[in-house]
Amino acid sequence: MNPNEIVCNSIYKDLFKIRSEFPVLHQKINGAPLIYLDNAATTQKPLSVINAIAEYYQCYNSNIHRGVHHLSQKATMAYEESRVKIARFINARHAHEIIFNKGSTDGINMMAYCFNKKYLKKGDVVLISAMEHHANIVPWQIFGQENGVELHAVPIDSSGELNMDAFRSMLDEKVKLVSITYVSNTLGTVNPIKEIIKMAHRQQIPVLLDAAQAIAHTAIDVQELDVDFMVFSGHKMYGPTGIGVLYSKETWLEQMPPHQGGGDMIKEVSFERTTYNRLPYKFEAGTPAISSAIGLGAAVDYLGTIGMHEIAAYEHELTGHLMTSLTEIEELRLIGTAKDHAGAASFVISGHHNSDIGELLNQQGIAVRTGHHCTQPLMKIFNIKGTVRASLALYNTHEEIEDFISGLKNAISILKS
Amino acid sequence: MTINQRQDELIVRFSKMENWLEKYKCIIQMGKELPAMDAGYRKDANLIWSCQAMVWVHSEEKDGRLFIRADSDAFITKGLIALVLYVLSGQPVTEIAASSLYFIDEINLKEHLTPNKSNGILAMINGIQTLASEGRLVAASCTI
Ligand SMILES: Cc1ncc(COP(=O)(O)O)c(C=O)c1O
Repeated sequence: MNPNEIVCNSIYKDLFKIRSEFPVLHQKINGAPLIYLDNAATTQKPLSVINAIAEYYQCYNSNIHRGVHHLSQKATMAYEESRVKIARFINARHAHEIIFNKGSTDGINMMAYCFNKKYLKKGDVVLISAMEHHANIVPWQIFGQENGVELHAVPIDSSGELNMDAFRSMLDEKVKLVSITYVSNTLGTVNPIKEIIKMAHRQQIPVLLDAAQAIAHTAIDVQELDVDFMVFSGHKMYGPTGIGVLYSKETWLEQMPPHQGGGDMIKEVSFERTTYNRLPYKFEAGTPAISSAIGLGAAVDYLGTIGMHEIAAYEHELTGHLMTSLTEIEELRLIGTAKDHAGAASFVISGHHNSDIGELLNQQGIAVRTGHHCTQPLMKIFNIKGTVRASLALYNTHEEIEDFISGLKNAISILKS
Repeated sequence: MTINQRQDELIVRFSKMENWLEKYKCIIQMGKELPAMDAGYRKDANLIWSCQAMVWVHSEEKDGRLFIRADSDAFITKGLIALVLYVLSGQPVTEIAASSLYFIDEINLKEHLTPNKSNGILAMINGIQTLASEGRLVAASCTI
């Protein structure tokens, strides 16, 4: 890596400051400085997010939408402001197209229930891809297979890219929904989402985008993409756990039935019947994760101060550095070498178990994930049980990548010795 | 040597090691020296621990003593198995069932191991003790 290249990068000038805003990063693990490369599992949180949550509990903890009193109004305002921030962040047309939930898994489960209930019948197909996270497989099986809805998976090639010819030919009249990941959590593949959405829409098929892995790495404009539904998790974009978003075009939300009943989601209840509240509340039954929603608003603000385009550019450089360095290790086989790549690099070391590698990296303060990454069907395609995965975030550095590579070489030589 | 004499021996041996690297190298070495199980024994019925790394166990009783063979698909786990087998295998069944394996704590192994690994080794010890006391194999696994 040419040092001049690094210095030219706009985010690099602020990297020291950025890192100082993430308290977790500054500690030693087993005597070595922490190198956190498990960002695809969850990202660390900046002080602004931590403080927003603490401030809510310290200053205005109260239930929302219910009280006339000051604290409740303040909490309601902060919660709803968060919704507006998120709507702007993904350029949704309306704030009420943002449904708060627990996260991507929750969002897909809600979709599997609501969409299935309203639109699907026996013989219909939901089209996914071979690289989906279990969260975009199992809910369709749970809710769809009850009424005979089939789940078909578009194959991938050996580099981990979606087979677009297969996608084209599988998009027949039986397909009622395409539900696909934007970025693969295991392979790092970035799918050609624009093209996918266009092709599906040409046949009037709506698209649900699993943006769990994309949201922190790239700017997403839901109107430009014209995507119908999108889910993501707060904790993978520097926000808290326990909060996520389902974005949906208004028309769909109006048509679909709610998936849960309870407080907040109703207009009028009698023992005979209930009418539902307006959007988005129809889909937000019960007391939500108020502090987490506010924390997610702070995370979106934080990303805004750096800029998604700057983050994407910097991470692109980091990913390139990581992939190139990995290729130089002889025994290493990269799993996922798609041209368009973001966030994660997965690999196996021939003759060595992933968990041994992960454990020896941990001894050196390096946090990676090993295993199947909730993508067992994908592991079967590659005929492996799992991988070692290093995944990046905006606060990772070129130095950390170098240290990771030497830690990895070290681990291999310990195992070989 | 009794179970406790063997544990004490391991404690002394590990106490001389300066850092994690030496400990790990020793564990990996022991794993490599542990003979692989016949493929026939690497079957689901012998799985005592399944996580990312798996552990298979097969035991035979002879004259009141339990002879244990075990294997794993990962070197570090296999090394940990070697430690446990060094302490337990060939010991009287009743003593295995009643044993308390303090060496794991004494050599600070648990501190170094990831929770899955450390649960794995504990599950394996429990499993071997159940084998000795009740003659049946109880499989354990982790969430991954
Ligand atoms: C692609 C993808 N989809 C869905 C999920 C599920 O996200 P969560 O566990 O936050 O609900 C993940 C999490 O790893 C993911 O990577």
